[in-house]
Amino acid sequence: MVDGLRAYRLIGGMWIRSTMAYRASFAMTTFANFAVTALDFVGILLMFSRVKVLGGWPLPEVAFLYGLSSVAFGFADLAIGSMERLGHRVRDGTLDTLLVRPAPVLAQVAADRFALRRLGRIMQGALVLGYALSAVDIDWTPLKALLMPVMVVSGAGIFCAVFVAGAAFQFVAQDASEVQNAFTYGGATLLQYPPTVFGRELVRGVTFLLPLAFVTWLPAAYVLGRPMPLGLPQWVAFAPPLVAVACLALSGLAWRAGLRSYRSTGS
Amino acid sequence: MTMDAFIELDRVEKVFDVRKKTGFLRRERRQVRAVDGISFTVARGEMVGYIGPNGAGKSTTIKMLTGILTPSGGRLRVAGIDPSRERTRLAHRIGVVFGQRTTLWWDLPLIDSYRLMHRMYRIPDARYRENLDRCVELLELDELLDVPVRQLSLGQRMRGDIAAALLHDPEVLYLDEPTIGLDVISKAKVRGFLRELNAERGTTVLLTTHDLQDIEQLCSRVMVIDHGRLMYDGALAGLHEVGESERTLVVDLERETAPIDAAPARVVKVEGPRQWLAFPAGESAAALVARIAAEYPLADLSVREPDIEDVIAKMYAGATPGHTEKAVS
Repeated sequence: MVDGLRAYRLIGGMWIRSTMAYRASFAMTTFANFAVTALDFVGILLMFSRVKVLGGWPLPEVAFLYGLSSVAFGFADLAIGSMERLGHRVRDGTLDTLLVRPAPVLAQVAADRFALRRLGRIMQGALVLGYALSAVDIDWTPLKALLMPVMVVSGAGIFCAVFVAGAAFQFVAQDASEVQNAFTYGGATLLQYPPTVFGRELVRGVTFLLPLAFVTWLPAAYVLGRPMPLGLPQWVAFAPPLVAVACLALSGLAWRAGLRSYRSTGS
Repeated sequence: MTMDAFIELDRVEKVFDVRKKTGFLRRERRQVRAVDGISFTVARGEMVGYIGPNGAGKSTTIKMLTGILTPSGGRLRVAGIDPSRERTRLAHRIGVVFGQRTTLWWDLPLIDSYRLMHRMYRIPDARYRENLDRCVELLELDELLDVPVRQLSLGQRMRGDIAAALLHDPEVLYLDEPTIGLDVISKAKVRGFLRELNAERGTTVLLTTHDLQDIEQLCSRVMVIDHGRLMYDGALAGLHEVGESERTLVVDLERETAPIDAAPARVVKVEGPRQWLAFPAGESAAALVARIAAEYPLADLSVREPDIEDVIAKMYAGATPGHTEKAVS
């Protein structure tokens, strides 16, 4: 674990230094990342030019969901978004080169091509979240205030687990990066909309199977003073940290199984 | 062998399950024995060539020796370490160069990769400087250090990779096809460097190659593997005997004649006044030439040494492939 963090820091640091050697290029790609990801919100704004509410949620509250989801996903994407390339590395054989270095493979894959430009997504998400916080009339309590950072950190953790699990799956199915994208990028987009616009079965799946609902929907419903989705009790709004830890542990096990299978089959 | 065995393999096996689609929803499962019970030891400081045709199991063996792959059976130790169980501990003591793919960071300048190795392998500063300077000098990397790896030519990249594998003073260096695709000059540089590394530092070297000149110029010992089994282990010269190799005498006569009669040599080809005679590699060419010169109008001649590729091919032809694949279905 300590070795892994150290290797991650070393490799990530190298990529940051290399990025910073071309500051203008860094500024431009970060802005591009900001602009492209912000288009998602433009889409939501367009929708609200036609309707007053979406699934019963007004614009500022949808913006609240959007901002939280974008920031949480943005941090996960920044930290270990490179993991989606694992299938490539298995296919072209470059994974082998990581296995002969004295550092955990997970850390090496996660830190590879560490891309600081992904801050663009986080920034636009944070801006939208700022707007939402100023526009929504929240009945603030200390507990709700505390829940805000907890939500972002836990949400990033849950998305990280999805990235790791997806990469583990790519040991078995090397062309599965599209499947992984469906869960990561697709999941982040899903969470930008209120749960009420989706079918009950989908909301259930995203709560109990792939627990993305714990990133935004459940804790956000509590903060906004809305009824909990699926009629769940209110305390589940505080479950995200536990859910994140459990997801990370499970994805870690999946990763180990994937790597073990790779080392016994070589493909 | 009086020196300590640094690499030890005892009936090491690697079996892959291969699934093949044979029809709609039908899959045939078969086991491929990529490495089928190989045993050998390599002493510290040896330089060994590991050769064989494509798919013989060379790379699979290297991958097991470096801890990338877990053996399916047998016992394997490198420096007393079980590679698959203690991969990261072993990594500090071995260097690996894959000819076909780089261990360097593709988009970054060469020096960035070296700096990262420095930290990742926890190489003491003085040691790192010394090793880097030495590699830069001997492998002529001076002008390449600030060039992104993707812009290097194959030969330059290979030299860069070899340096990267040596910065942490590995006790053994594995090279998988280190001269593949290199031009003559690059090959000579790489070979010269490896010879010196082995002589000066006593680094154990195990290399796989298709280029038999690599073996001729570098290795005192050669192992031949085919169908996952060790077919030959010994000096290069001995390979000729095993393969019953022949030398070729090319004779230019002053005029066309009947095929030359000079047993044990036999004529294998006639083209006008030029004839090709094959004779056992162990026989003296001088006696044969003298006999021919006495009886035929000899104008010119040359002797061709046996091609080791042919020697090995003959060895393969003589060997029974055995039951290397078993259908399990």
